[in-house]
Order: sequence, then C-alpha cells, then structure tokens
Amino acid sequence: MPIGHEAHLQHISKRFNNELKNLRDHMLVMGGMVEKQVQQALTSLLTVDSELASDVKSNDKEVNKLELIIDEECTNVIALQQPAASDLRLVITITKMVNDLERIGDEAKKIAKSTLQLSDHGLAPLGLAEVRVIGNHVRKMLNDSLDAFTRFDTALAYEVIKEDEDVDAEYRSAMRALVTNMMEDARNISSILQIMWVLRSLERVGDHSRNLCQHIIYMVEGRDVRHSSLKETEEVIHHNP
Amino acid sequence: MSDENLGQAASAENNPGAGRTHGLDMSAIKQTTEELSIEKEDIALTCDQVKLFYGQKEALHGIDMQIPKKRVTAFIGPSGCGKSTLLRCFNRMNDLVDGCRIEGQIRLEGSDIYEKGTDVTDLRRRVGMVFQKPNPFPKSIYENVAYGLRIQGINQKRLVDETVEWALKSAALWDEVKDRLNDSALGLSGGQQQRLVIARTVAVKPEVLLLDEPASALDPLSTLKIEELIHELKDEYTIVIVTHNMQQAARVSDYTAFMYIGDLIEFGPTSQLFTNPVSKQTEDYITGRYG
Repeated sequence: MPIGHEAHLQHISKRFNNELKNLRDHMLVMGGMVEKQVQQALTSLLTVDSELASDVKSNDKEVNKLELIIDEECTNVIALQQPAASDLRLVITITKMVNDLERIGDEAKKIAKSTLQLSDHGLAPLGLAEVRVIGNHVRKMLNDSLDAFTRFDTALAYEVIKEDEDVDAEYRSAMRALVTNMMEDARNISSILQIMWVLRSLERVGDHSRNLCQHIIYMVEGRDVRHSSLKETEEVIHHNP
Repeated sequence: MSDENLGQAASAENNPGAGRTHGLDMSAIKQTTEELSIEKEDIALTCDQVKLFYGQKEALHGIDMQIPKKRVTAFIGPSGCGKSTLLRCFNRMNDLVDGCRIEGQIRLEGSDIYEKGTDVTDLRRRVGMVFQKPNPFPKSIYENVAYGLRIQGINQKRLVDETVEWALKSAALWDEVKDRLNDSALGLSGGQQQRLVIARTVAVKPEVLLLDEPASALDPLSTLKIEELIHELKDEYTIVIVTHNMQQAARVSDYTAFMYIGDLIEFGPTSQLFTNPVSKQTEDYITGRYG
C-alpha cells in the first residue's frame, strides 16, 4: 500500500513517532549539507577559489560523521522498535539514501581537489561551460530528490530518474568535445584531464540522485525499481501490476 | 609450481569464490527467497462464507479462506476480532458454547466438518488443539501423552511406549523428561507443560494443529523453544496459530491472516504482509498506528 508523508507520525507510541521523525530530519540535514558541498565545489572551480575548495575538502568529514550517526540511529530503531511495513521501508530507505548521499559528498570533495590542482597550475582550462551546464543540471536533480523525499512525491522522483538519461547524454557529448580539444593542442591535456574528472564526478552525482529517487519509490510504493527500465518504473508509480 | 598447483589455480579461476561458499551458487539464493503463493499450495482447510453467531450477535461475517497444507498460518488482529472464534470452528469447539450457531461451510480435505453424522471425536483427533494456558492432566508425564491412545483403545505397552517417546521427541521435550516419565506433569515448568500438551496432541497423529496463543504465558526462552518446535512440526502438520504477538506471527508463519471485527481483512504470504500490506487497516495495525 502506498504511504503518505505524514504516516510516520501517527503511531500510538509517541517515542516511535519521534525516533522516525528524527531519522527523517537528520537525513534531510545531511542532504542539505551535501547539496551545499556540491554547490560550493562547483563555485570554487568556476571562480578558481582555492580557499573555498579547501573548505569543501575539510567539510566532507562532517558529512561522513553524519552518515555514521544516522546509520546507528537506524540500527537502533530496528533493534528497539521492530518497525514493520512502511516504517521498516522508511528506515531501510534511509540507510540506503545516506550511503548515496555520502558518496555524493565524496564526489564534491573530488571536484574540490581538482580545483586545487588547477589553481596550482594557474591554467585557464577549457570545458568550464560544460561543467556549468551539467553541474546545474545535477544540482537540480539532487535538490528534487530531497524534495521528493520530503513530500513522498514519486512523480517528482520519476522525473529525476528520467533526467539522469539526459545528463548521461550531456556527459558523453562533453567528453567528445574535450577529446577533440586535447587532440588540437597537446599542451591542454593535463588541465582538460582535470575537467574530465570533474565532469565524471558530476555525472556520478546524477547517478546517485537517481539512486536516491529509486529508494524513495521503494519507500512509498513498496516495489523495488532498481535495475528497472523507465517504463517499468512508470508503471510502478501509476500502480499498474 | 607443480602441475597439481597449476591445476588448482586454473579451477579456482573458473569458479572464483567457490571455496568460500561451500559450493553454494545462485540457485541456492533463489531458493531461500522462494515466493509463496496460495495458488500453488495444497489446501488443508477451506472456509466458505463462514458466519458465526453467539445468540443474536454475528461474530464472524462470512469468512472465505484457504489454509494451506503443511504450512504455518497465523491469525492476527485486535482482541475481539474473531480470530480465536474462527480457530475454534476448525475442530467444532464452538459446539460446546450455548447459543452458538454457524453458517457456511468448513471443509477439511474436501469434506464438510459440520455435516450431519460427522464423528466429532474423530474430527478432534484429526484437528488437535493447544490452548493459551498449559493444561496437562494431573497424571504422570507418560500418562498425559498416552491419554489419547488409551481413549482410542490402544493399550499394547510396546506401541504406547514407542508413541510416547516419539511424541515427546517431536515436542522437543524427551531429553528433559526421559528420566522422570512417571513424575507428575504438574511438576514441570510452564514451558515444559506447554510442550507436553503439544506432545499429547501430536501423539494421536493429527493432520492439523490449532494453537491458540500457545506462548503468551511463557518466558522468552520457552517461547523461542515453542516457536522452534512449530517450525519443525510444519513438515508433518498443517499448523494454524492465533497470536497477539506480531513479531511471533512474523517469525513462525508462512501465511498471515489479519482479522478485524469479524472480517478477514487481508490474507497473504507473511513476508509480504509485514513489508508491504495491501490494506490500510493491516498497515495501521502491524505498524501500531491509530486504527
């Protein structure tokens, strides 16, 4: 049975309500942190701000800490409250989403490292336009994923999953353009390689956002849509068997 | 490196991980997550539009249900929802209640158990029952188990001895009582008494075991022993258990029926009912929400 976003606050046990509410809130805090990390990593790259890039690098530790805390909270809820049905799906989904969020955090850190590398060499790299476009695209996806989680909005989650295919296409065409640039002038190779790593990271952020949304659909509908086609996913959210 | 070693290395390459998994492969994993479906089961008990009245009051409102053979089926639901009432229909225990009337049909292996001329004693041998409070007779452990055989007129000592031992072993009680079979059953602990009652029930080789909250008066370890016993007994018997403990229903049963004020709300494989129930009422009940 699909479940609404207020359902986790309607238990007879107030303590259980509070624990589930905390879990949700903490995951959203982590989501907000990761969003900010991605945004700042991109800004540091586009404005060649190595100080900001260093901040992003060190803030990743905070993201990692949150992952451990939330995972422990999930373990405690399972052990002490024995959640069932939609409550169980919520807790399981959060442990999985936290994992994807942590890895998005890692990608932000990698982008920050690339910023530091590029600013060390003082090069004005090619491909920043592609970074900006794909970066904004995946930031929107991440933002929508977290909104979809807040509202238990499977239609929005589905849109994000669909968007990921566009990002993959943008990524492939950017790669082709950058390879051409490399062939044209071998002196650009080292800086373009850094940008390729950045694009790769952004593409992974898109993949992880898609994963987040697949977890959300499982949480709401109780049907696992990982490794399903877009069409199969669409059928699940429209309740076709 | 000798030839033999090379050979080993080559086979390990062909089948990496084989040494760690003791020969388990993908097919074993598929088997452990086998999907149950009532359509694929042999059916032991069938309810057709079963209605039950206590005087004027209708306690069951037309239950349709099929209970699969050699599986554990759990009935859950709030107090007064009719789960014990339905359970007691299966061996006609409700016949003993004044003003109790039943409509519809309950079939055991295809034949209507409420048909005129049904031998109720024989029915209760085929459909055994264990209650919430252990109710051993004030006799020796041995005589408790032998009781069912005696009333069937079976008295040959060897046969009775063998059956008592077998039944006590089935109920996982033999090792604890084999040296004091002639002691009073009332000296056993609550958990042992309950297993003794189960031994007494299986001694007459029933087809169906009805358990009405068999562990609710027991401590957690005795409860686990009873649950383990249920798990072992389902190879031989169809088991129907009523329980207020949802975790227990989840642990022991293959199928779960959720009842609410005399109606069967949802019936399906336990794993599905506890992860993704179809009905909102089921969801609210198993997750502890306001109904």
